[in-house]
Amino acid sequence: MSIKNNRLTAEQYEQNFSDIHPPFENREAALVEANRCLFCYDAPCTKSCPTSINIPKFIKQISTDNIKGSAYTILDANIMGGGCSKVCPVEKLCEGSCVYNLLDEPPIPIAKLQRYSTEKAIAAQWPLFQRKPSTGKKVAIVGAGPAGLSCAHVLSREGVEVTIYEKESKGGGLMTYGIAAYKVTPQFCDDEVKFITSLGGIHIKYEQELGRNVTLAELQANYDAVYLGIGVGVARSLDIPGEELAGVEDALRFIYDIREKGYPSVPVGDKVAVIGLGMTAIDAATQAKRLGAKEVTIVYRRTQAEMPSTEVELNLAKLDGCSIIWLASPKEVRGENGRVTQLICNVMELGVPDTSGRRTPVETGETIALDVDMVIKAAGQIPYEDLVQDNQLTHWYGKLVINENCETNIPGVFAGGDCVNGGKEVVDAVQAGKDGARAILGFLRK
Amino acid sequence: MADLSTNFLGIKSPNPFWLASAPPTDKKYNVLRAFEAGWGGVVWKTLGSQVKNVSSRYSAVDYNGTKMMGLNNIELISDRPLAINLREIAECIREFPDRAMVVSLMADNTRDKWHELIAQVEDTGAHGLELNFGCPHGMTERGMGAAVGQDPEIAKMVVEWVMEKATIPVITKLTPNVHSVVPTGRASIEGGTNALSLINTIQSVTGVDLDTFVPNPYVAGKSAYGGYCGPAVKPVALKMLTTIAQDPVTSRVPISGIGGISTWKDAAEFMLLGATSVQVCTAVMKHGFRIIEDLCDGLNNWMDEKGFNTIYDFIGKSVPTITHWEDLDINYHIVANINQDKCIHCGLCYIACEDTSHQAINLTYGKPYNTYSIIENECVGCNLCKLVCPVDNCITMVEQRKGDEYLNWIEFQQRGLPLNDH
Repeated sequence: MSIKNNRLTAEQYEQNFSDIHPPFENREAALVEANRCLFCYDAPCTKSCPTSINIPKFIKQISTDNIKGSAYTILDANIMGGGCSKVCPVEKLCEGSCVYNLLDEPPIPIAKLQRYSTEKAIAAQWPLFQRKPSTGKKVAIVGAGPAGLSCAHVLSREGVEVTIYEKESKGGGLMTYGIAAYKVTPQFCDDEVKFITSLGGIHIKYEQELGRNVTLAELQANYDAVYLGIGVGVARSLDIPGEELAGVEDALRFIYDIREKGYPSVPVGDKVAVIGLGMTAIDAATQAKRLGAKEVTIVYRRTQAEMPSTEVELNLAKLDGCSIIWLASPKEVRGENGRVTQLICNVMELGVPDTSGRRTPVETGETIALDVDMVIKAAGQIPYEDLVQDNQLTHWYGKLVINENCETNIPGVFAGGDCVNGGKEVVDAVQAGKDGARAILGFLRK
Repeated sequence: MADLSTNFLGIKSPNPFWLASAPPTDKKYNVLRAFEAGWGGVVWKTLGSQVKNVSSRYSAVDYNGTKMMGLNNIELISDRPLAINLREIAECIREFPDRAMVVSLMADNTRDKWHELIAQVEDTGAHGLELNFGCPHGMTERGMGAAVGQDPEIAKMVVEWVMEKATIPVITKLTPNVHSVVPTGRASIEGGTNALSLINTIQSVTGVDLDTFVPNPYVAGKSAYGGYCGPAVKPVALKMLTTIAQDPVTSRVPISGIGGISTWKDAAEFMLLGATSVQVCTAVMKHGFRIIEDLCDGLNNWMDEKGFNTIYDFIGKSVPTITHWEDLDINYHIVANINQDKCIHCGLCYIACEDTSHQAINLTYGKPYNTYSIIENECVGCNLCKLVCPVDNCITMVEQRKGDEYLNWIEFQQRGLPLNDH
């Protein structure tokens, strides 16, 4: 057993990381589905979209060959509607509530149709939006992720000058750095950020990290308002012995490397354990398999009924050949010569429900041992508690606390997205950015 | 198994399904394929003076992804030499003697030309003639086709010429491009025609190309009015058929129904409204002759289900049920009912009623699914909600009579009964 890179041929990598949700081949194929849409009134799909995209309207526009109008309808509500069409867990959002489900018929492939319109808009960089005359106001946004970009776009359309401070060298946040490459390509993420900023009035300063290159006080001094869309940080640590051994990886780092360094250069073990069962865990497990790992085992301390991942995502992992051990909680990572050789897990059973309503797993006293050479931690991320603490921002275990106007305890400093909610979908962050922008516009008018 | 055989003025066919006079009946090759497939008869594409056709000839109206809801054409009568047509007609009759062979005619507007053409066609052994008084394009400019059918006097005159010569049954085909088909129908009967057929195609422009700005069909940068047909015209055809079937003069002769017939159901409807045979074109131009199988099979099963042994058991059965509006029963009142178990919460009934009708549907907000219910006091029983509902039998109309007795509008007024108050 060993961890090594370059396990596959170029063709195998290409095949393993090709688009998992291929787009419509042509207009006719899109129209077959667009014409199935019933054009519901006060549509359940729209109500199930965190950004409230008028889905029946954009689908109707596809059916009338008004692709520009369709793209506008989508992107006006969700400026990352292109990326969301690839990464949203639509089975529990729009498509999950399509009325066709109630007829036991397949729902309208809303994401695929959304992709049909937005991909054309982004590929051709259609100038769908125009800025209002400048208000002379300036806003600083920290973080060029979905929340920050969405907030920036709304503000800029309203004539506000926006500067975004981004610690990475690319925009897009977790869309660019934290999602499986077979769902959304780095090239698409680049194009999407380019499309958003093509509006004008949005200046992104890369490799500028809050607390390192720039301070909150400076931003407050130089701008009329500040929006924090800083997301969440490192992987939650397991707090178990052996976590420091070589071969224990952070899922986000693993996913980041796959996207940044290229598939052949990312090492993966022969036998990999992935801890956790959220979307990130699935992305890590499937990609470990697709990089050539022989065995991938997902270890989850609860059961399928409690998992954060959707069933569609779980099936993706199963189809990739990943196995799942339910009711197993990591107890210890064992190693030889400083390298991982085994993961010991407590066998759990479900006890009483916790505050989230999910039944809490409790130890049975039994353990199991998995022979592995790599352990990927995907048990959630933790917020930037030190950073917000240092800036005297009110928080709840690191998560920023905001009022109904998206404002933190510091007047003129607003926040939204993962740094507030602890980590949800891209589409939730986009809506948070819209809400933040509306609040800031109200604040600026005062 | 019901008996589908048809006897139309002595023109016998194993089933009532004939191919209309059109491109599918222009050649022996096509007609033999149709007979092999099982078609009961054909009306051979119109013969007359020599013409030449253009390309393109057709254009269509698609609807929500369904192709050819309506079709239009600017093709003229047969552009093949008359002698070839006549020879092929005779050959087809010889090969399939049990099928109906009717030949459509449109001679130049003189008695002699008509007589000459009739004699030539009768020599083929054809079983009947159909006079093309309906073609709305190309021929009208020459004083033929619809130009004849639109003027009852001329129609009568031409029918009289034909009847002087013809020894086989004559069907006169009516154009729908008139305010009413009845005057020409009556005139044709006065002129002696043995039967009527309708409708021919409706003058139309199917659309304009939004890139070239030239309407369809496109011929070297120009277009021309074409004859419209296909499923889109069926309701118009049924209405015109009914006026012929109800008129005391025109109802005396058998009718061959034409206009958007695509399925056995369409055919049954035409026959219930008075057609003895039905003619099909657009549906075969879209799908080929193979559709005859379900036309016969479906009609047969329906007849068995309804206890009809022959087509004559139901031809015209629905004609008396179409009455004048003034004779409708105002006391008959229905209100909509939504089956909540079947409702899929699409809201289509609500928005149709709220925006365009009587605000008789209540919306109770839910996320993601609203609940919709009928406000019976406001419901006028118009049916719109039921029509837009995508689920079968989810919305039903429940009878709630306003009074026990039959009451029409005339009596309603005479009695001074109350009108709507809002």
